Amino acid sequence: MIPALGRLLILASLFTAAAGALIGFVAGRTRSEDGLKWARRFAYAYAAIIITAALVMVYALLTHDFSVSYVAQVGSRQIPTWVTIVSLWSSLEGSILFWGMILGGYIALATYVTRGRYTEYQPDAIGVWLACASFFSFLIAGPANPFHTVPNPPLDGPGPNALLQNHVLMAIHPPFLYLGYVGFTIPFGFACAALIKGRMGHNVLKPIRESLMLPWIFQTVAIMLGGWWAYEVLGWGGYWAWDPVENASLLPWLTATAALHSIVVVERRGILKGWTITLIQATFLLVLLGTFMTRSGVFNSVHSFTQSAIGPTILVFLAVALVFSVALLAFRIDSLEVEGRIEGAASREAMFLINNLIFVLITFTVLIGTVFPLIVEAINEKQMSVGRPYFDSMTVPLGALLLFILGVGPALPWGRATGYQVQRALIPPIISALLFVAGGYALGARGPWTLLTLAFGGYAAQVTIGQMFLPMRMRMKNGESAGSAFVEGQLRRGRRRFGSYIVHAAVVIVIIAIAVSSSMRQQTELHFARKGQTLQASGYDVTFLGIEQRQEPHRFSIIATFIVARNGKELARLAPRMNHYQSMREPIGSPDVYSTAARDFYVSLSNVDTLNETASISVYVAPMVMWVWLAVIAMALGALVALIPTRSVVPSAVRDPVPSDAQPETA
Amino acid sequence: MSETDLARRRTRRFMVGAFVVAAVAFGVIAASGINQNLVYYWTPSDLHANGRKAYGATIRLGGMVAKGSIQKLGGSAVEFDVHDGKSRVHVKTSTVPPQMFRENIGVVVEGTMVPGGYFQSSRLMVSHNNEYKAPEKGHPVDRKELERMMKSVSEDNS
Repeated sequence: MIPALGRLLILASLFTAAAGALIGFVAGRTRSEDGLKWARRFAYAYAAIIITAALVMVYALLTHDFSVSYVAQVGSRQIPTWVTIVSLWSSLEGSILFWGMILGGYIALATYVTRGRYTEYQPDAIGVWLACASFFSFLIAGPANPFHTVPNPPLDGPGPNALLQNHVLMAIHPPFLYLGYVGFTIPFGFACAALIKGRMGHNVLKPIRESLMLPWIFQTVAIMLGGWWAYEVLGWGGYWAWDPVENASLLPWLTATAALHSIVVVERRGILKGWTITLIQATFLLVLLGTFMTRSGVFNSVHSFTQSAIGPTILVFLAVALVFSVALLAFRIDSLEVEGRIEGAASREAMFLINNLIFVLITFTVLIGTVFPLIVEAINEKQMSVGRPYFDSMTVPLGALLLFILGVGPALPWGRATGYQVQRALIPPIISALLFVAGGYALGARGPWTLLTLAFGGYAAQVTIGQMFLPMRMRMKNGESAGSAFVEGQLRRGRRRFGSYIVHAAVVIVIIAIAVSSSMRQQTELHFARKGQTLQASGYDVTFLGIEQRQEPHRFSIIATFIVARNGKELARLAPRMNHYQSMREPIGSPDVYSTAARDFYVSLSNVDTLNETASISVYVAPMVMWVWLAVIAMALGALVALIPTRSVVPSAVRDPVPSDAQPETA
Repeated sequence: MSETDLARRRTRRFMVGAFVVAAVAFGVIAASGINQNLVYYWTPSDLHANGRKAYGATIRLGGMVAKGSIQKLGGSAVEFDVHDGKSRVHVKTSTVPPQMFRENIGVVVEGTMVPGGYFQSSRLMVSHNNEYKAPEKGHPVDRKELERMMKSVSEDNS
């Protein structure tokens, strides 16, 4: 029953999406109002059908209906309920269904929010969204169908991949990643619609910016959660290894970030329109490339849990989307009117340009390093990979440069600036730069790149904080009280600006924390020959308390307990473990971390002997790791502040030609 | 042609020129960066076939731990042979072997050949998914499976 219902819903979603896409494009061409109305209805219908299909699958998982092929593949009666729900995206077929569900949600949301406005662009945008939706419904209906009927249903299933069960972060990370990845379809639709119409007026910039910002927030958090998961689970003491799957999540984020900045230049100066559209299209194409890389099995990585034969299908879609994007650009880019030009090298817009250039260079660096082994393998069947030093040596200077521009850019005024203005803007922040370097040196930072990062970070911090509260200070100078100046200048009128600078401040912290935590990490290996033994690691005393074995319903664990002490004072008890799952013969290690604001003390079990009670551990002591997670969350919150629409003072009829927030300073 | 037009064209030519120079420079830097940091996925047979090239290059060597070859030295140092049914390579490593390390298990060691004719490894990884079975007598080693294993053992999983 359930499998048939599921298959019916998927076919209905395929039909609805394909028909809606057609109606959208035709309505865009004929400018028919009825056509647009119908395109909207089909968009809503598609969303309703695909979301229902996903919920049917969740129901089948929860009721352990093993006649559904996907449930027979990943379900189990032995696992906790949260793992059962998480299994919706733990394997390929389910994850594509989950993708469809999120795409449906995004399409419905975007259609609803933009209803009655942007009627020039909306039909084509809906057409593009539903065309993408048809592709994913086709995947679900054909090569990745989770709703096959199992003729003789088993009584119990194997459960999802053990690595997914091993940590609760695996329940949170994938949804964020999908909310980011899938969401980039929406700005892609708007950008293509603008190209099809050959116009990118002010009124389409707002939906493009907002629909880019929302998935960007999710993607930002998702990348952090992925790193955090790797840190908490994989046991090598780090959070980023330039693994192909990690890179796949980073690539679209880089181009999306560049686009969020270039949009500001379009708003202020009316230039870089084609460039911004190119970046948005590139973001979507990189999402497809990332999906291909992670879902096709061309890379085997700890993060890629699902592989199958859908690779070629995704590759075909990627090729179609690429040809479509390039052709649209080639035929239409000249019709986008240029309204201004860059006035001088020491101007805000020039810095935006350099910012974009750096983001594109980082994108190419990561893209080449990730794809190069694939190309080599395709040509001469030799297997290789590009090692971490390549990525580090390329991205560290570019990242430092980015931090430098993050400081210099907002200090400079738009348009032409006099030499005196430039000096007055650029010289004072050097004070903070020197303070940061001195502080870092006093705390033990010695690496040249670390010190340079601290200098640029200090510079950027002073500029960012100064700019952040500029509207409030101006109001207070005019006699307003601090409270009203804050509410009016920061939260009501200048909210987008305020949010943007919160993001910038958080980025300064993230980059400094990454530089410090990776360059000042210390590793020690300890071998305990007996219970009660105490050994030293990086100035800490580690005492081995013993080993405990614990049987849980879905796994068997060996847990070693240690006391971490400094100067005779106990700081924490850490219990790294090895988990044995039924579906895997080899155990999965689970490190344990004692985190403080200053540094993390990280213990990973490499070897235990339960008979003789001996244990070997790797200890990693790294400063500022916690700041990476917290500052990335601050980035997301800052972006959220910038995204919340400013309450408009102008009536909406007047608002459309010129955006209400007519003073966007940064993206 | 007005003066501003001329100036604008000159600016544009300058911009295009600068862009090309930057792109070429970036390409050269990236290419040499990749070239210096390649990690080769080799079996013991590949390693022998490559001769001198194996000395100094970063290699991820995949194969089976030969039966009876494991010698535990003091501390965490371990020596053993890795084979693929045809050739074998002597490996010395200084890292703590993972829990499941034993004879006849698929391993991947990362390191390089050093003078003295053995493989010095800084990283020892054991295959998580036991897809690679020991080659039985008379059956050739399944190269595809071995390559899969070398890829699947993650960079960061030690």
